[in-house]
Amino acid sequence: MNTRKIGFVRTELLPAQPAPEHAGSATRWIRANLLATPKDIILTLVAMALLLYTVPGMLNWLFFDAVWTGADREACLTVAQGGAKPDGWNGACWAFVGDRFQQFMFGRYPLEERWRPILVALMFIGLLTPIMIPRLPFKGWNALALFVIFPVVAFFLLHGGSFGLEQVETPLWGGLMVTLILSFVGIAVSLPVGILLALGRQSNLPVIRISCITFIEVVRGVPLITVLFMANVMLPLFLPTGWTIDNFLRALVGVALFASAYMAEVVRGGLQAIPKGQYEGADSLGLGYWQKTRLIIMPQALKLVIPGIVNTFIGLFKDTSLVSIIGMFDLLGIVRLNFTDTTWITPVTPITGLIFAGFLFWLFCFGMSRYSAFMESHLETGHKR
Amino acid sequence: MTDHAVTAPPSGRSLASYMYDPKFRGLFFQALTLAIIIIFGWMIFDNTTENLSRSNTASGYDFLNGRAGFDIGQSLIPYSSDSTYGRAIMVGFLNTLLVAIVGIFTATVIGFIIGLGRLSRNWLIAKLCTVYVEVFRNVPVLLVIFFWYKGVLGALPQVRDSLALPFGMFLNNRGLAFPKPIWGEGAWLIPAALLIAIIASIAVARWAAARQAATGQQFGTARLVIALVIGLPLVAYFLGGMPLTFDFPEAGRFNLTGGATVAPEFVALYLALSFYTASFIAETIRAGIAGVAKGQTEAASALGLQPSMTTRLVVIPQAMRIIIPPLTSQYLNLTKNSSLGVAVGFPELVSTGGTTMNQTGQAIEVVSIWLVVYLSISIATSMFMNWFNARMALVER
Repeated sequence: MNTRKIGFVRTELLPAQPAPEHAGSATRWIRANLLATPKDIILTLVAMALLLYTVPGMLNWLFFDAVWTGADREACLTVAQGGAKPDGWNGACWAFVGDRFQQFMFGRYPLEERWRPILVALMFIGLLTPIMIPRLPFKGWNALALFVIFPVVAFFLLHGGSFGLEQVETPLWGGLMVTLILSFVGIAVSLPVGILLALGRQSNLPVIRISCITFIEVVRGVPLITVLFMANVMLPLFLPTGWTIDNFLRALVGVALFASAYMAEVVRGGLQAIPKGQYEGADSLGLGYWQKTRLIIMPQALKLVIPGIVNTFIGLFKDTSLVSIIGMFDLLGIVRLNFTDTTWITPVTPITGLIFAGFLFWLFCFGMSRYSAFMESHLETGHKR
Repeated sequence: MTDHAVTAPPSGRSLASYMYDPKFRGLFFQALTLAIIIIFGWMIFDNTTENLSRSNTASGYDFLNGRAGFDIGQSLIPYSSDSTYGRAIMVGFLNTLLVAIVGIFTATVIGFIIGLGRLSRNWLIAKLCTVYVEVFRNVPVLLVIFFWYKGVLGALPQVRDSLALPFGMFLNNRGLAFPKPIWGEGAWLIPAALLIAIIASIAVARWAAARQAATGQQFGTARLVIALVIGLPLVAYFLGGMPLTFDFPEAGRFNLTGGATVAPEFVALYLALSFYTASFIAETIRAGIAGVAKGQTEAASALGLQPSMTTRLVVIPQAMRIIIPPLTSQYLNLTKNSSLGVAVGFPELVSTGGTTMNQTGQAIEVVSIWLVVYLSISIATSMFMNWFNARMALVER
């Protein structure tokens, strides 16, 4: 075979040819991407006009005309309104955000006890970071620490009442802390419950299938706010007389149930996308139902639906803001509470507070969606059609 | 199943053989689930009846006939505080439908523009649309509602400094005032003519499609449809002796007189839902168009179709198959999110129901009304979706 003579093989490299005229240059890029056709020229001009019209004003409002320091509302009021700013002034009031920053983070958590939520946050970051980096080992132990041990420790630290810690009742909790607790519990509960519900929905056993379908469809069919109202007004009715249930816990139950139903539908999508041969292959190896599910089906199904799972997490994170309607003070709730605070009541404080809260929400959600894109490409095994 | 199982002596089944019999095991676990559900349900029922009798709350829907006693800012049907609770809830339901319908319309328009913009070859347009989508998709809808309500509408001028808009409209911090149409005698001709025009258009489109399939001859359907839909109501307007007049709002010294006003709560909810849902619709549209196989576009240009015809005849019809199911669920989400009107005081179903619940204490009954209404909407939507999927499914071997 390899004794056949090869007629001619060039041994020296050809010299590189000069690049085509303008290739890679800025002019060429502008021509191709901004001015390709007359329609593109018009669109570009319209977009530029829009940007010129909005961006400088926005930058001025947000940064250059904004108030950065001040002790109370007078810093952000014009002379006519009884403040220090010249008439006609309009800009963001970041002094308000700076003054209330602690409150936005912790709500009315007692000042001298705030090291506790900070410690919990540090523990959370310390456990979450290694689990998010695929290269690091001991994922199983890490997950156990994050999802089983950490919640227990965090509860005792935040709530107190034992180990010599002062008790801090949940109505005092607030701000970003509550938003993060609600979403963490929602995520930690909804994934396993959602998987069980999805498996139940695919089950051969009619009673289990029908009860799972009923639960999923009823919860998905109604808005979260009605689920929260239900948890708020109906849970106390369902419990034996004399039992009371903490408001915070009611919201947690509502959020977790709601997220589980959505998670179940996402996981079901993954289960349905697994080829039948995988189920049959597992059966022919003699694996039982739970072995088959745990070792063959779930790893493939969950990998397929990572974007859907993260989208559910993002949706859950955003939806926690609804608890402010049933009287809890999450990040949005605490910002709204400050609208009526006489120390800082000015025409610009509400929108400044909302922009700050929106930026925090955006940061978390955008981060999650970027991470999901990264995981998707990391787990890609080349089986995509 | 196997031979020896059939020939095994029937009396000799051990407990273990039952444990490993899938049929028996299935029955056992189902019975267990059923028992747990029944016990759980009975406990809830028992506790609830006891709690209710302890707090002397009557159950049943009789409270719906009681006098509501609260005012509602915006109502599509006549309503006063003397009306019944049932009517108040009805007003809320109609307001939910109103904001859902106009919101869905606006969100679809914005979503299509942004979604197509993200696919544009124009770098600047694509980037701007991406920024729009990434901003609105990653903030809570409730925050968007407050942003419009407090941030934008709250910053509008007082009534006496109202902003004058085209078509005789005025904008101030009490809402948007617009000319109110007054339907005179014979005005029913106009909507009737519009209805006839729509029916005729559908008939013409069907006939034209059938003729093109049979003979290959094309027919300018689009032009005829535009002429019908605009022309027939116009003809009816003049035939009926111009029965439609407008009551324009007038800027007085301190107040606006005449015209109709929509409350800022409605405007805030409507704008927030439209802008928020539009970002999701834009992603749906983009995914749908990107999901059409590249070979389809290439085959179309190989057949000599112009780019515009490729889009219209090859890409869009196939993209629609991918787009419609997620689009419907976005519509459903918008309808459900309209329940957040309760946060700014827009009187929709959850808001009027919540007031009723606070006044009467009939928590279970009101929640059941919410469940029934929202579940019927979502079941109707999913029935439509199943019908559509069955109709649009690719015919495979």
